[in-house]
Amino acid sequence: MSGTIQGATGTWEMVIGLEVHAQITSNSKLFSGASTAFGAEPNTQVGLVDAAMPGMLPVINKVCVEQAVRTGLGLKAQINLRSVFDRKNYFYPDLPQGYQISQFLQPVVGAGTVVLDMDDGRTREIGITRLHLEQDAGKSVHDLSPDRTYVDLNRSGIALMEIVSEPDLRSSEEAGAYLRKLRSILRYLGTCDGNMEQGSMRADVNVSVRRPGADYGTRCEIKNVNSVRFVQQAIEYEAQRQVDILEEGGVIAQQTRLFDSRKGETRSMRSKEEAHDYRYFPDPDLLPLEFTQAWVDEIASSLPELPDDRKARFVGELGLSPYDAGVLVAEKEVAEFFEEAARDRDAKAVANWIMGDLFGALNKSGLDIARSPISAAHLGALVDLIADDTISGRIAKDVFDEMMKTGRPPAEIVDQRGLRQVTDSGAIEAIVDAVMESNPDKVAEYRGGKDRLFGFFVGQVMKQSQGKANPKIVNDLLQQKLSG
Amino acid sequence: MSTSLTSLTIADARAQLGDRSISARELAESHIAAIEASRALNAFVSETADRAIADAARADVRLAKGDAGVLEGIPVAIKDLFCTKGVLSTAGSHILNGFVPAYESTVTANMWREGAVMLGKTNMDEFAMGSSNETSYYGPVLNPWRRPGDNRDLVPGGSSGGSAAAVAAQLCLGATGTDTGGSIRQPAAFTGTVGLKPTYGRCSRWGIVAFASSLDQAGPMTRTVGDAAIMLKAMAGHDAKDSTSVDVAVPDYESVLEKSVKGLRIGIPAEYRIDGTPAEIVALWDSGIAWLKDAGAEIVAVSLPHTKYALPAYYIVAPAEASSNLARYDGVRYGLRVDQGDLTEMYETTRAAGFGAEVKRRILIGTYVLSAGYYDAYYLQAQKVRTLIADDFKQAWQKVDVLLTPTTPEPAFGVGEKSDDPVAMYLNDILTVPANMAGLPALSLPAGLSSQGLPLGLQVVGRAFDEETVLRVGRALERAAAFDGRPAPWWRSN
Repeated sequence: MSGTIQGATGTWEMVIGLEVHAQITSNSKLFSGASTAFGAEPNTQVGLVDAAMPGMLPVINKVCVEQAVRTGLGLKAQINLRSVFDRKNYFYPDLPQGYQISQFLQPVVGAGTVVLDMDDGRTREIGITRLHLEQDAGKSVHDLSPDRTYVDLNRSGIALMEIVSEPDLRSSEEAGAYLRKLRSILRYLGTCDGNMEQGSMRADVNVSVRRPGADYGTRCEIKNVNSVRFVQQAIEYEAQRQVDILEEGGVIAQQTRLFDSRKGETRSMRSKEEAHDYRYFPDPDLLPLEFTQAWVDEIASSLPELPDDRKARFVGELGLSPYDAGVLVAEKEVAEFFEEAARDRDAKAVANWIMGDLFGALNKSGLDIARSPISAAHLGALVDLIADDTISGRIAKDVFDEMMKTGRPPAEIVDQRGLRQVTDSGAIEAIVDAVMESNPDKVAEYRGGKDRLFGFFVGQVMKQSQGKANPKIVNDLLQQKLSG
Repeated sequence: MSTSLTSLTIADARAQLGDRSISARELAESHIAAIEASRALNAFVSETADRAIADAARADVRLAKGDAGVLEGIPVAIKDLFCTKGVLSTAGSHILNGFVPAYESTVTANMWREGAVMLGKTNMDEFAMGSSNETSYYGPVLNPWRRPGDNRDLVPGGSSGGSAAAVAAQLCLGATGTDTGGSIRQPAAFTGTVGLKPTYGRCSRWGIVAFASSLDQAGPMTRTVGDAAIMLKAMAGHDAKDSTSVDVAVPDYESVLEKSVKGLRIGIPAEYRIDGTPAEIVALWDSGIAWLKDAGAEIVAVSLPHTKYALPAYYIVAPAEASSNLARYDGVRYGLRVDQGDLTEMYETTRAAGFGAEVKRRILIGTYVLSAGYYDAYYLQAQKVRTLIADDFKQAWQKVDVLLTPTTPEPAFGVGEKSDDPVAMYLNDILTVPANMAGLPALSLPAGLSSQGLPLGLQVVGRAFDEETVLRVGRALERAAAFDGRPAPWWRSN
C-alpha cells in the first residue's frame, strides 16, 4: 500500500485529492425549517423551499453557518467574514430547484490543515483548499419499479460542507488516514456525525499518477464513494488503471468515474466533453453571507479540545506513547472513556486494558465503545483492584470477562466469587509448607541445583490457592523456604 | 347604482364603508357584475366571486364592530403571479396548468389581513415576460381604451396588463402588479391608471412566482395616487421569509400626500430625451415640468450618463436569472407534465409544451449569457453596468429629490403590432428599466392624452425607500394634470 506503483517502464507516484461532503449536524435544513432527522418516511420532511414550489425563497439557517465556521476553526483554516452563495444549475429529478445553492468563488472557509498520524508514527500535513456550504440533493430511488424512478426529498436541502483537500495525498493509505482524521475532527466538533454508511459523509476522489517529481498528470474524479475502505480500493484500482494506460503509451482522458464496490473497479460516467456547464452565478435570492470577527471569536472560545491537542496532552501529561495516544484520541467517545477510566489512576495501565482487552472484546461482540457493557468507572475500578493487590493480574482477566458478560462492577464479582487475593503470609506459608511436604523429591532436586523447578512450586502453590495467593508473597516465601 | 360603486376611489369607498352608507357586500357584488359583463377584455384568468362574497361578509362584520383594516371591504384583483392559497395560480403559463398553491404570498396575505376582498386573478404576460400582455397562455388582454373613432384593439401593456385593464375598466378598485422592468408602470401608462413600483425590498417577494429575483417587486395599481398610497401601506413590510426584504418601518404614505412640493428639487435627466421620442411625449414631459415649477418646486437638469446601457444590461440580467428561476418547472412535481419517453424526453416535451415563445427566447438568452466562456463578457459586464447605473442615480440624489420623466416612449399600440419584433417590444421598457436596475421606487400616473386620444404617463423616480416623496410629487402632478379621461365601455356585454 505504498504510494508508488512499479511499472515495466519505471516508478509511478499517486497524487490524490479528496472532496468530502459532510452533512452538517443541525435540526433543520440549510435554507428551510424542515427537519433533518435520518430515516423518516419518504417525503415527510420537505419544506416548500425544499420542494421548490413556485415563489418560495431560501432563508439561511444560522446554525449551519455556525457549524461551518466551527469546522473551519477546527481545521485551523481561514474564516471568510464575507462569502457568497451561488447557483449551480443542472436538471435532475432529485434537484427540485433545477439548481443547487452552493458557494463557488467566495467560500465561507479558506485554506486550512489536517495532520495525519500514520501507523509508523510519522505525521503528515495535508492542505485544505476550502470549505463551502451547499444544499444536499434529494434521493432518486430506481429499484421500486422496473420502469419508473421515485424521488424522496427528505434529504433535499440538508446542509452540506464540501471540504476540499489539496492534492497532497500520496497513497490510498494516506487517503484513508485523512478521511479517518477528518471524521474524527468533525465528530469532536459535533458538526457532522461522520456516518458514511448513512451517507452523511461521502467523498469524491481525484486520482492521477506521475513520475516522481514530475508535473501533475491528468486526473479522474471518482464520485460519491461512501466508505473509507471503498475510497482506498477505488484509489488502488484507478491508479493501476492509469498506470496501465500510460505504460502502453496511452493518455489519460479527464473523466468523471463511478466506483463499483461489488466489482471493486471504477468505470466512466462522463467525459470532459460531456461535463456539465453549471452556469454558476450569485444567487439573487440571498444576500452575501456576512458576520463579524467577534462572532467567530465567540465560536472559537467554545471549541472543544481537538484530537491533536488531546493527543499531545495524553503524551505530555499522562505519559502515553504517541502511538497509544493517537489510537485513544481517534474517536472522541474512546478518548472520553479513557479519560474517565484513567482519572487519578495509572493511565498507562488503563490504556493497555482499553487497547488490548476491551477493544478485543468489543470487536468480538460487534459493539462500539458507546455500547460497552463495561463502563469507564468499572474499568477504572478493576485497575484499582489490581493496584491495591485485591486481585492479581491473572484473576483480573477472569473478572474482566465476567464484567463483559454481565456489566457488573468488579468488586462485586470479586466478592461474590471469592476471588480476593490472599495476602495473609501465614495462610500462604501453610500452603507452601504443604506443597514442599508432599514433594520432597522435587525439593531435593531443586536444592541440588535444578533452579528451573522454582516455577513448578509457584504453580502448585497458586493452584492450591485457586489463583488467589499474592504472587509476590508466594515468590518470597518459596525463595526463603527452598533455599533454607 | 352599480356603476357609481365601481367608479369610487379606494379612499371614497373606505369613507362610505366606514359610515356604513354602503356595505362591503354590495360593493363586491357590483364589481362581480362588472367583471362578468367585461369578459371581452380577458382581464381575468380566474374570477373568484364566491370568495369575494365571503370576504365581503367578513369585512362587513368587522366594519360593524369598528375593527376595520386598512383595506377593509375594498374589492381588489390580484395579478396571477401571486400564489394564492386554494386559488389557481398560473403566472400566465401553461406549465403551471392546474397549479393550486397550498400557501399564500406574503403581500396578498398582508392585504387579506387588512380586510381586502378578492375578486379574482388577473391575466398577465407569461411569467411576467412581455410589454403587451400578448404572451399569456390565456390569450391577450385588451386595453379598455381605443383610439376615438377607431375600433381596433389595443394592448394594455404588460406584464401586469390584466390588472391595469381591470383597474381602468372599473372592474376593481385596485389591483396588485409586479414590476421587473416596467411591468406595473408601462401598463399603468397605457391604461390611464396609476402604478407604483416600490423600492426593491419594500414588499416581500415570498410567494410571488419569480421572474428575475434581483429586479422583481410587487406594487399597487389604482386609479389615483392617493389610492396607491393606501394600498402600498397594506402590501409593504419586512418579511423574514424573504432575505432581500428590508427591515425598515412602513410610513403612513397617505399623511404626506397633500404636502406641498415647494422647495423640492426635481431632476430632469437629459439622457431620457431619446431620439425619435414623439413630440407629444416631450410636450407632456414639459407640461409636467411646468406644473411642478408652478407648485414651487425647483427644476434641475441632471445627467444619468449610463442610461443607454440600462436596457441592454437588463436584457442580460433578467433572462439570466429567469433561465435559472424557471428550471423548477420540469414536470416532476406540479403543473404540466407531458409523460413521454425517458427523463430527458419528458423534460423536453414538457417544457416545449408548457412555455410560450417569449419565455423560451429568454431562457435561451439567459442560458447563453451564463455559459462558460460567455459569463464574463455578458453577465459580469451587465452587473458592472448595473453598478454604474446605480451610481448615476446616487450622484443625482446629491442634487435632486426626485426625477421626472415620461413613463413610456409611446402610447398603447395595436394588438399584434409588435409581436414579431421582440426588440421593438423591449424598447418599450427603455424609460422604466433603469429604476429596476437601481432598485428605486418609481410611480407612473396618467397626465394627458395623446393626439389620438390615448392616455400618456409621467414617471417619478425617487430615492430608495423614499416612496413618500415620490407619492407626494405624484399627487402634485395629479392635481395639476386633472386627468379625468375614461374609456368608453365598448366591451360591456350588458
